Amino acid sequence: MDKTWNNKAWFLVLPVLLLVAFSAVIPLMTVVNYSVQDTFGNNQFFWAGTDWFVEILTSPRFWDALWRNLIFSAVILAIEVPLGILIALNMPKHGLGVPVCLVLMALPLLIPWNVVGTIWQVFGRVDIGLLGYFLNSLGISYNYTQNPTHAWATVIVMDVWHWTSLVVLLCYAGLVSIPDAYYQAARIDGASRWSVFRYIQLPKMKRVLLIAVLLRFMDSFMIYTEPFVVTGGGPGNSTTFLSIDLVKMAIGQFDLGPAAAMSIIYFLIILLLSWVFYTVMTQSDAEQK
Amino acid sequence: MTFSWMAWTLPTAIFFITIFALIAAMGVWEYFAPGGGPRVGILRFETTRGDRLFVSLLGSAFIHLAWLGLGGPGLWWALALSVVYAIGVFRFV
Repeated sequence: MDKTWNNKAWFLVLPVLLLVAFSAVIPLMTVVNYSVQDTFGNNQFFWAGTDWFVEILTSPRFWDALWRNLIFSAVILAIEVPLGILIALNMPKHGLGVPVCLVLMALPLLIPWNVVGTIWQVFGRVDIGLLGYFLNSLGISYNYTQNPTHAWATVIVMDVWHWTSLVVLLCYAGLVSIPDAYYQAARIDGASRWSVFRYIQLPKMKRVLLIAVLLRFMDSFMIYTEPFVVTGGGPGNSTTFLSIDLVKMAIGQFDLGPAAAMSIIYFLIILLLSWVFYTVMTQSDAEQK
Repeated sequence: MTFSWMAWTLPTAIFFITIFALIAAMGVWEYFAPGGGPRVGILRFETTRGDRLFVSLLGSAFIHLAWLGLGGPGLWWALALSVVYAIGVFRFV
């Protein structure tokens, strides 16, 4: 039967278009307008042209924050994706264990970002925190407020604790959708555990993994609250990521023009990397078909 | 209702009008030639007209940023380079 085309269906898209316009497009336009002007408040603006972009692009402070962010996102993805897959593979598929595991996995996701930061800020403290006190009693001079390596380790472990369960839940959703017939066929063929993973489970998880990688990349690249609460960007600037630097510039220094220029560069980098991730993963999926 | 809080300027207004005009033109193109014109180009994967416009705009943004970071504030050459790049994308990608 031929499809009936009805262009009235486009009107159904209008609500979301309006929502996106007010929540994203209009603020983005305003940021673009601010990025080419200078303001001292009172709704008065002075044309600055591309000066703020040149200032940001030639600033070591911006490049240092960008590299820190890229390294952080790479480390986060390298830990959370394999760990999430491993946990999902070992979760029970039947029985009482399923709801118990699902609730346990969902718990970290329910905790607000600032509360997670506060939990780890207290947890890692040398004087009253369980982790800090325990490590120091073992002879490890752990102190995330003074040592940049310890600060990085704390922020990474905190993020892994907070967000690996998202990868787990997505992978688990992919795994439970695989019909038993696939496993039975693999058993008849004498497939090894690795072969079952490589040729049955991984392809079936590919779509959810794409969502997991994209979400985790975008979230980790935009991370603000947790490291801000735990380390405040320190010691020194060692955990000052782009978002923390941006807030310091916009609200701390009230440099709205440079902050707007930095926001646009930041947005373009996220857009580019997300497009690359999405294209690479969807194309490899299409090639397999 | 005033939009003074958005701090509009003529150059930024022209910039956004150009983007919206491009998207509208893509809509008109799609109306007269439906299907998005999918093809496999030098990137070795299928792209539609919308993909090619996205790649052109994103690439142009980075050309302008690179020009500002390496060359300085005069952006006319960066704009010319972006137009050549966009033509290349629509022709070969």
